[in-house]
Amino acid sequence: MRTVAGINAGWRKRIRGGVHPPDNKHYTAEKPITRMEAPELVAIPLRQHIGAPCSPKVKKGDRVLVGTVIGDSEAFVSAPVHSSVSGTVREIAPHPHPVGGESPAVIIENDGLYERDPSLQPSPWEDMGPEDIRRAVRAAGMVGLGGAAFPTHVKLAPPGEFPIDTVILNGAECEPFLTADYRLMLEQTEEVVEGLRIIMKAVGAPRAVIAVEDNKPLAVRKLAEVVRDPAIELRTLRTRYPQGAEKVLISNILGREVPSGGLPMHVGVVVNNVGTARAIAHYFRTGLPLVERVVTVTGSVIREPSNLLVPLGTSFAAAVEACGGFMSHPAKVIMGGPMMGLAQHTLEVPVVKGTSGILALSDREASYEVPREPVCIRCGRCVEACPMNLIPTYLAVFSHRERWEEARRLNINDCIECGCCAYACPTRNPIVQLIKFGKAELARLKAAEERRARERETSAGKEGGGGNH
Amino acid sequence: METTRFILSTSPHIRDPITTRKIMCQVIVALAPVTLYSVVIHGVHGFYVIVSSIAGALLGELAVQKGRRLPVTLDDCSALLTGLLLALTLPPKVNWWIALVAGLVATVLGKQVFGGLGHNLFNPALVGRAVAFVSWAAYMTAGYVKSAAIGIASTPAHKAIEKAVDVAGGASPLAAMKIVYDPSLSPVGPGGVPHGIQASSYYKPLLLANPWGCLGEVSALLLVLGGIYLAVTRIIDWRIPVIYVGTVAALTAITGRDPLFYTLAGGLLIGAIFMATDYTTSPLAPRGKVIYALGLGLVTWLLRFWSNNPEGVMFAILFMNGLVPIIDRYVLPRTYGKAARTKEASGP
Repeated sequence: MRTVAGINAGWRKRIRGGVHPPDNKHYTAEKPITRMEAPELVAIPLRQHIGAPCSPKVKKGDRVLVGTVIGDSEAFVSAPVHSSVSGTVREIAPHPHPVGGESPAVIIENDGLYERDPSLQPSPWEDMGPEDIRRAVRAAGMVGLGGAAFPTHVKLAPPGEFPIDTVILNGAECEPFLTADYRLMLEQTEEVVEGLRIIMKAVGAPRAVIAVEDNKPLAVRKLAEVVRDPAIELRTLRTRYPQGAEKVLISNILGREVPSGGLPMHVGVVVNNVGTARAIAHYFRTGLPLVERVVTVTGSVIREPSNLLVPLGTSFAAAVEACGGFMSHPAKVIMGGPMMGLAQHTLEVPVVKGTSGILALSDREASYEVPREPVCIRCGRCVEACPMNLIPTYLAVFSHRERWEEARRLNINDCIECGCCAYACPTRNPIVQLIKFGKAELARLKAAEERRARERETSAGKEGGGGNH
Repeated sequence: METTRFILSTSPHIRDPITTRKIMCQVIVALAPVTLYSVVIHGVHGFYVIVSSIAGALLGELAVQKGRRLPVTLDDCSALLTGLLLALTLPPKVNWWIALVAGLVATVLGKQVFGGLGHNLFNPALVGRAVAFVSWAAYMTAGYVKSAAIGIASTPAHKAIEKAVDVAGGASPLAAMKIVYDPSLSPVGPGGVPHGIQASSYYKPLLLANPWGCLGEVSALLLVLGGIYLAVTRIIDWRIPVIYVGTVAALTAITGRDPLFYTLAGGLLIGAIFMATDYTTSPLAPRGKVIYALGLGLVTWLLRFWSNNPEGVMFAILFMNGLVPIIDRYVLPRTYGKAARTKEASGP
């Protein structure tokens, strides 16, 4: 049988590098997705994606409906933002943002009616061309829901010189604790697969692979029942973090390596998250843009860990409250999973498009002894764990000592920041943290260098009396 | 909700529970059977040697760290492991003060002068042993005498070997077979060749109860079991011991000598499993480890068959330790997505 053969093929494939942290999915794996009511006030940031932030399209006092565009941008790499509730715009003001700092947000008083914008209509994607599909996906405010929040229509528009032969649907969900994608694959299987077919059509890909880690056998079985198209292959992958990282996924499934500094499209691949696919299908079926998402609210200190369907703009506090609140004081609250998630300083931050989980860790889970002085015993665990085949410990030392030339020579910019090195380190060296610092410093130095070069050019131009052509 | 204060730090937010201390303790656990068995075979003097060596290693570490006003890190168990490893490479009858001095040298000159854990170039235990070896050569090689021969180390097979070899003259299995294979090396001329002794007659004693070697050489079987334990728990990389021993065995066979004997005899197994795999003094990346292990095998073979000494493991490891920075500089894994290997890179 084709699907079974496809499933079996995955078992033999070994991921390079990676680590195997306790997956802790038991908190929420059996919890069906439940919808939560939006709180009285929602704060919808105008920046919820990688790329240009949106400008507000509403003003104080305006009445908005579910799905009303409240922010948009002319830029190509951007996606509009919609209201997740019906109600009145109270103000447009800076608001704490889960990705850090504050960001302009549209604060809406929820009238509790959830009145839909009448312009939202289903669209039959079967009759649409790729360009129309992309336009619709952009109008839906679609971004990658795996966490990176890259505008989906951009991914679906690879330039002609890079034909896409395979779409990979990423259902690996390799981050510990998170089960949002798992529940979607289980409960919304039809929509997930339909979303994949829409993506295939948009990029003109003749085939697709759905990739799921082997710790989700029920999801695999359910997908196998629903997938009828011989062009779609189902693949189980060994459970190992970061199996779901784009570059890792592509090399494990297709044996192709995305060139350094390149994108998946450069090897003929587009990777999308299962949540994104499901949201795309949902939009074409119902006309409802991206105004809600599934969030795994979990951790040992959450009273009732759950998979919640959360209206965007809902505060973390309200989402946690919907799960019975905290049983004891959380030492750390993270947006996303424990390997790559972002620690939060306040629960006022809203759920945004990229919020895959809200994880609250107890004091015992969140604290670990940090070395009095960073020490490397050269055990090589970080080297073994690095999926990019780097020498993380050297990169950390070079970043620490600001030896940028050497860091660059060891390909510091190829680090995907998955954190396996720091996780695996027996001396608790902050390896990936130092590498992130190093990458940021290098980018800053490069920008400064370029600025100086430009200034030299312009001043030379002036002195030379208009030598520019 | 109450006003809250949360820990803020960048990802990852969880860590593998493994620590340096746990790693060191695992290695000590892997060495425990052979250590205990060594005391059984060699008696209480073996115990004194072990205690002296460990005491020396701990004292050396403590003295330097106290003297330099650095945090004392005896609790990471690495000095303890160094002392134990050193003891297991010493002859059972060595004077206790030699063991003590060797222990001091191991952590002071072998480790702390380089900056402590993770910074030393050479295996500390072998630095200690090498200093003792060249300083008190007579004590170090004359120690291989017939032991308190308890039942397991005094089987008919043992007696036959001891009858053939002048044990009182200090003929370790490697030394005995060196003469058997090359009678011109015999100190008393061809007539001094041990009669009727074959490499294969050593197999069983070497595996199960070997009284004619260093403290850690009492049982090849226990060493291999310790090695399997460390490889399965992923404390050591199996590549180094397997390739090292494999290279020695292959080269030995090509030279026309008994590969199994040369695998079981001498310090090869303890060296390959417990010394060559030392994190700090072996290469970081997998391919570097392979080259390092091949080099170890080659140098050991050269020293064993073409030098005056019957054994070459210690100097082979120390020699290859010296090449590790070069290996780490030039033998890097190919970064994902990079077409060709980076030409040059250097360690910190």
